[in-house]
Amino acid sequence: MSDAGDHHYTSTGLPSWKIGFWTFIASECLFFGTLISTYMVYRTSSVQGPFPHEVLNIPLTSISTFVLLMSSLAMVLALDGVTRGNRKLAMGWLAAVVVLGLVFLGFQAYEFTHFVHEGLTIQRNLFGSSFFVLTGFHGVHVSVGVIWLTTLLILSARGKLPPEKALSVEIAGLYWHFVDIVWIAIFTLIYLIQ
Amino acid sequence: MASNHESHASVGFYWMIAGILGVITAMEVAIFYIPAIGGALVPTLLLLSIVKFILVVMFFMHLKFDSWWFTGLFLAGLMLAVFMVTALIVLYAYLPRFRT
Repeated sequence: MSDAGDHHYTSTGLPSWKIGFWTFIASECLFFGTLISTYMVYRTSSVQGPFPHEVLNIPLTSISTFVLLMSSLAMVLALDGVTRGNRKLAMGWLAAVVVLGLVFLGFQAYEFTHFVHEGLTIQRNLFGSSFFVLTGFHGVHVSVGVIWLTTLLILSARGKLPPEKALSVEIAGLYWHFVDIVWIAIFTLIYLIQ
Repeated sequence: MASNHESHASVGFYWMIAGILGVITAMEVAIFYIPAIGGALVPTLLLLSIVKFILVVMFFMHLKFDSWWFTGLFLAGLMLAVFMVTALIVLYAYLPRFRT
């Protein structure tokens, strides 16, 4: 987008970019729905271990879940900062989202490495295949979000994120919160309901 | 208007929502480790995660304050996804010929 100040509006009076992005989020529901249902169907079909209850680390994942939830708080506070025209506040909270996103990815990298050491790879069994594909795609989404928010942070640092461009931050926030709600579903369905 | 960039809620309200989300997550983990809960574990965990999901969507994603167009778009995709997940699980659970 060249200039967030010249958003196009549809006949509904709503910005076209925001309608488009909510449509994208709706399609992402179906994308993650396929991955979650594949995991649910195949998780008990493995003929050889490791099995979910042998490797899933609930305390560790609980912490990473909490980190991602708090990153959502930082995201709304960053949007609030941009909307108010408070650049320091916006930059601080955007930086917090980026750091918390990286911490989450660090937890995921540790978990994946630990699983591989335990003998669980993407090729080992149906649990491994469906688990790594599902959580891996979620991790890719988090990574994209971190890159996106880092660019917004740089724009803010250069003074190129005035209140008129708040919609840009709001759209990025929608993406980030969506990644968060997908993890809420994954944490319960994959980790807690074994 | 739904497309404005006004703050939808106070900063304190967002902190309160985050606090509730943190408490619910702690409750989920605590419930997971209580053996006595037995058969109530799955419905309880599902209910708590649905509450977290709704809180994030309504307040952090601003659907509570935004246009119904966005809620409709999101619900269309979400309902299709829930239907698909449920249908696949039921098919594989109750129709053995779907199992490889």
